[in-house]
Formats: sequence, C-alpha cells, structure tokens
Amino acid sequence: MPVQFLLNLLIAVLWVFLKDADTFEFPDFVTGFLIGIVIIFFMHRFFGTPFYLIRAFAMVRLLWIFNYELWTSSLLIMKQILLPNTSFEPGVFTYETKLKTDWEITALALLLMLTPGSVVLRISPSGNEFLIHAMDVKETKPLVLKSIQVYESIILEVTRP
Amino acid sequence: MTENEIVELLAAFMVLLGGIVAIISAYGIITLPDVYTRSHAGTKSSTLAVLLALTGVFIYFWSAENYISIRLVLGIVFLYLTAPVAGHLICRAAYHSEETKDPEQ
Repeated sequence: MPVQFLLNLLIAVLWVFLKDADTFEFPDFVTGFLIGIVIIFFMHRFFGTPFYLIRAFAMVRLLWIFNYELWTSSLLIMKQILLPNTSFEPGVFTYETKLKTDWEITALALLLMLTPGSVVLRISPSGNEFLIHAMDVKETKPLVLKSIQVYESIILEVTRP
Repeated sequence: MTENEIVELLAAFMVLLGGIVAIISAYGIITLPDVYTRSHAGTKSSTLAVLLALTGVFIYFWSAENYISIRLVLGIVFLYLTAPVAGHLICRAAYHSEETKDPEQ
C-alpha cells in the first residue's frame, strides 16, 4: 500500500523535472500527482493490493463521522444539562467487539467517547470487552449499539481494506 | 461590508459560540449528579467548545492577515486525540476506585 503512494510521489516529482521550469512550481507538482493517480489507478491490479485512495477516502469518512458525532452528542448533553427536569437514568452495559489490533480498539474507544450519551468506563485486559456508561440506558443503548456497528465497519475499511 | 468583514464576523461568532458551549459544559460539570454523568459533560461539549474557538481563530487569521497558522491546526488535531483519552482516564480511575471501595459491585 505505501509503495503505491511512494510511486505516485515519484511520478509527481518526475513530472516537475520533465516540465523543466526554472524554479519549483507547486501547480506542476499537483498536476503530476493527479496524473500519477490516474496511472496508478490503472496499474494497481499488478501490485496485488487494493487502490490506496480507497483507504484515504475511508479515513476522510471516519473523520466526518467523528465530527458529526461530536456535534450531535454535544447538543444532546447540553439539552440534558439545561433542562434538568428531563428524567434520565444512567447505567452501565458491556459490549464485545470483533476488532483485534490495538489501533482499531483505540480508534473505536475514541469514537465511543464522542458518541451521543456514552462514555467508555473500562476495557477488559483481553482488549475486546468495552464497559460503557450511558446517560440514559433505555433510550440510548440501542442507538449506541447501532452506531458501534457503523464505526466497526468503517475502522475495518481503513485498517484492512 | 466587504467579503473579508463577513468572514471575520463569522469567525467572531464561532468564538462566541465556543464560549457559550464552554459555559454550559462547566455548568453541567457542577450540576450533574455523579462522576460518570459529569464526565459526559466534561468530554463532549467542552471538546466542541475548544474546537469552535480554535477554528474561529484560525479562520480569522486566514481572512484578516492572510496567514494559515499551522500551530492552530496542530492544536485542533491534538485536541481531537487527547480530549476523549483524558475523559476516559478520569472515568476509569473513578470506576476502579469505586470497585476497591465497595467489593459487592
């Protein structure tokens, strides 16, 4: 996967040299990079690995979801703070994840901290059981479980496409 | 009103919004009943507050002085990485101390 990115950079640098301008021009570099993307897109099956930009797009999507969850959860918590007579009962539940490596579990824990109405209390020493505290167990538990599924699939897309 | 002024007004509004969110989150940390629910307020909305303020400052410098501040971008990135971790550590410490205090739970 990194080989494809390095090759793309190499094509961009080559393009800058072939243009033979007096100084380094950033627009030349960008056009070279775009041409490199096209070339590598058509050649990527010879590398035996998926096209590297797919992974980059998955990362952008992960970042977007991160932001979206931050906004919605902040709005929810502000509502719960400012309208104290809304009744909620805090509680704890566990979730067992399919993810394996340390990076994946860390990313999932970061995302869960920012999901509406959930905070990760502890991760079991084996690393696959999350203990999650919910602001309003009855209401948010199904929502949290549903969003965990989405996060898991996107994190998997990023780490092993 | 020129285009730059409108963008600067937007940036100022973002900083103001960040301040309001920070006040609400601080109020939540005081009023909510226990450690865990307080950490909900401490992690989510205060992250958003600092994020809004930093983004507002970034936009202001970009539009007013035509200066893209890499340090502000780095601040935003590290805020994303560290704020949830800090919240998680506080929760974890609270959970473990509670566990040792009361073995029945």
